[in-house]
Amino acid sequence: MTKPRKQVHLAVHFPGVNNTTVWSDPRSGSHIDFSSFEHLAKTAERAKFDFLFLAEGLRLREYAGRIHDLDVVGRPDTFTVLAALAAVTDRLGLAGTINSTFNEPYEVARQFATLDHLSDGRAAWNVVTSWDAFTGENFRRGGFLPADQRYERAERFMRTAWELFDSWNGVEVLADRESGRFVSDPAAGAFTHHDDHFAIEGRFAVPTSPQGRPVIFQAGDSDGGREFAAATADAIFSRHGEFTAGQAFYADVKGRLARYGREHEDLLVLPAATFVLGDTDAEAQDLAAEVRRQQTSGPTAIRLLEEVWNRDLSGYDPDGPLPDVDPVAGENTVVKGRASVRQHRDPFAVARQWRELAEAKGLSIRDLAIHVSGEQTFIGSPATVAETINRAVQEDASDGVILVPHITPGGLDEFADKVVPLLQERGVFRTEYEGTTLRSHLGLRP
Amino acid sequence: MPGRSPLHLAVALDGAGWHPAAWREADARPRELFSGRYWTDLVGEAERGLLDFVTIEDSLGPQSTLLDGHDDRVDQVRGRLDAVLIAARVAPRTSRIGLVPSAVVTHTEPFHLSKAVATVDHVSLGRAGFRPVVSARSSDARHFGRRDVPVLEGVDPTDPLLVDLFEEAADHVEVVRRLWDSWEDDAEIRDTATGRFVDREKLHRIDFEGRWFSVRGPSITPRPPQGQPVVSVLAHAGPAYRLAVRAADVVHVTPFETADVHRILAEVAGVSHVFGELVVFLDDVPGAAASRKERLDSLAGQDFTSDALVFTGTAGELADLLLGWREAGLTGYRLRPGAVPHDLEAITRALVPELQRRGAFRTEYEAGTLRGLLGLPRPANRYAPA
Repeated sequence: MTKPRKQVHLAVHFPGVNNTTVWSDPRSGSHIDFSSFEHLAKTAERAKFDFLFLAEGLRLREYAGRIHDLDVVGRPDTFTVLAALAAVTDRLGLAGTINSTFNEPYEVARQFATLDHLSDGRAAWNVVTSWDAFTGENFRRGGFLPADQRYERAERFMRTAWELFDSWNGVEVLADRESGRFVSDPAAGAFTHHDDHFAIEGRFAVPTSPQGRPVIFQAGDSDGGREFAAATADAIFSRHGEFTAGQAFYADVKGRLARYGREHEDLLVLPAATFVLGDTDAEAQDLAAEVRRQQTSGPTAIRLLEEVWNRDLSGYDPDGPLPDVDPVAGENTVVKGRASVRQHRDPFAVARQWRELAEAKGLSIRDLAIHVSGEQTFIGSPATVAETINRAVQEDASDGVILVPHITPGGLDEFADKVVPLLQERGVFRTEYEGTTLRSHLGLRP
Repeated sequence: MPGRSPLHLAVALDGAGWHPAAWREADARPRELFSGRYWTDLVGEAERGLLDFVTIEDSLGPQSTLLDGHDDRVDQVRGRLDAVLIAARVAPRTSRIGLVPSAVVTHTEPFHLSKAVATVDHVSLGRAGFRPVVSARSSDARHFGRRDVPVLEGVDPTDPLLVDLFEEAADHVEVVRRLWDSWEDDAEIRDTATGRFVDREKLHRIDFEGRWFSVRGPSITPRPPQGQPVVSVLAHAGPAYRLAVRAADVVHVTPFETADVHRILAEVAGVSHVFGELVVFLDDVPGAAASRKERLDSLAGQDFTSDALVFTGTAGELADLLLGWREAGLTGYRLRPGAVPHDLEAITRALVPELQRRGAFRTEYEAGTLRGLLGLPRPANRYAPA
């Protein structure tokens, strides 16, 4: 008897505002026009994907005190795009990243409950947190939150939102013309919540939505973040796409579930992954190298080095050798407003290592920057990529993958046309949607 | 010649209509009020009637008949969806009509609202606006827990608390508008030679500093297709009139007779459009609309009254009233259908043809954007060099 085959979950991340996204390619379209979002969503739905995912940033990235201009800049509002996508798709899940620091629970719960109604049960919330005063300058309260309280606030925020989602439980919208009763309970939506971050009470405005609560995603990777996810999340947006690291992460977070009375299937592990397809593995490798070169222009390479050197290197030729000066010691003041600033704990050691590497291999600044940026997660023919994804799922390195195309909006087309059918042939990916809600696609309990 | 220009018409959508018993009508769809298809159908009907725009009501709490707090009633529609998201949900399913959701500006973030309305404008290719709404209710304030607000005992336009709330609303709209302009139209350059995606000289901080908040900018969302989406304000008294004059492209006002029109026009001088606000019950047969309203009143257990004039009659009688007040200087109307779909369809299928016969309403959409329909030019960017 063979072990039952796990089903693969597939999602797509709308290309982001970082240098993974190649905007210089002639095929690269608008990152703002709705037609781009519609194209990607319809491709994902045609391929029976579980969901589409939107990231968010609430202040434009800055570099040395000026707006970072080398990557895609700007994006539309998360909730608004997802609500519009609900009009042009029927089954695809709609996942949005929403910050718990520069919002209030009542408003966010109202918006997610609305999105869930307007999409007939397809909403998901990736709960993120930030604390920086830099982002706070765009908001009423400024940089009000101490860094060490951001996860605590996120946790309280989410639990508060849950109470709001649940506040119409047991209340029916009767709409009974004869008796004249619209709702079954005069206290519909009543809630009272008091903790050390939120003290609110009243009536929630939105009746229980099709999923009850949106699907909850988390992206935290620290010990505390993993524990939070194990306690509360339906899925983790993981950074561990590589097989061995993926298995370790998977075992770790799934192992934490029992503590909270949760089952193995109650939390999905979905790493983000980039990919390049070719007709053959060799062709894919060549294409992948080209894409990496597009992703790291000369100016981008200089900036990558500046993040380590912590000083202006604009006088250096990206096609020339690495700087012979040393990094500037002290707090890195160059980069602001990035979701994840690369951590260079010892810039001197990194600089020395990179110089040695460049000398040994004869690499220019740009070559070196491309080299250290790493390869795409999946590179190969459709058959190779399908098998790599399937193996990761069957051998518990993940429950599926969140694909990050590097071209907007057509970057998923080839995957949908060539890789998905192979996964379907293997019997590990749906050929039709079975349910209508995202919870159903993900195999989560209602 | 204001008296000769075609009328502009908007319709105010709210639940099953503005009469509290409207949801009990046989043709109402009370179980679908929280679905995308319901709103898509209503806005589609308004679009078939060539209306300038729809507004969608909103509030931070469930509906209540009380000035402040919850009324615990179960015989009226309770619960609503976020109006900006309804507008976004409807946008891809419509093509010409303007979408003007209400948005409470009292406890909310101008940064979020600005990018949300800009995005509705991007999704609809230039048909978005919003109607800022002030909340003075302590029950709404307690949903946020960020400020102490006394229980609202009455509406006195000279009450300093109320005056402040409208001043704050004006600041809020100012920030929303500055953020819309914080990207110049041609900021995205995709210059492969220098590797630059944007020209950062064309992205602007707004550096707003006010009594209630400061906002740095720029927005994360590029300038919307209309440049400045349309802002409409409902106003009954001094503070709201001042907000309209400072911030609005369209002001919705509530005259009950012609003399009111003249008085109000003096208060809101300078606003591009002054729309009269009426609740309407319309039927073909004289007297039928009044009987229908009476029937609904008896279901509701009380006579329906409103902050705006409640009109019952035929489309022809309503056209007479609308054109009469146009002579007095109004440029359009926002009609609140008493019951939906009945009174919405009466507007689109009886009133509109009646106005068209009199040469007072468009026979086809003449512009692709809401500003275009309202005859408003696309404004220059305040931050762009002249």
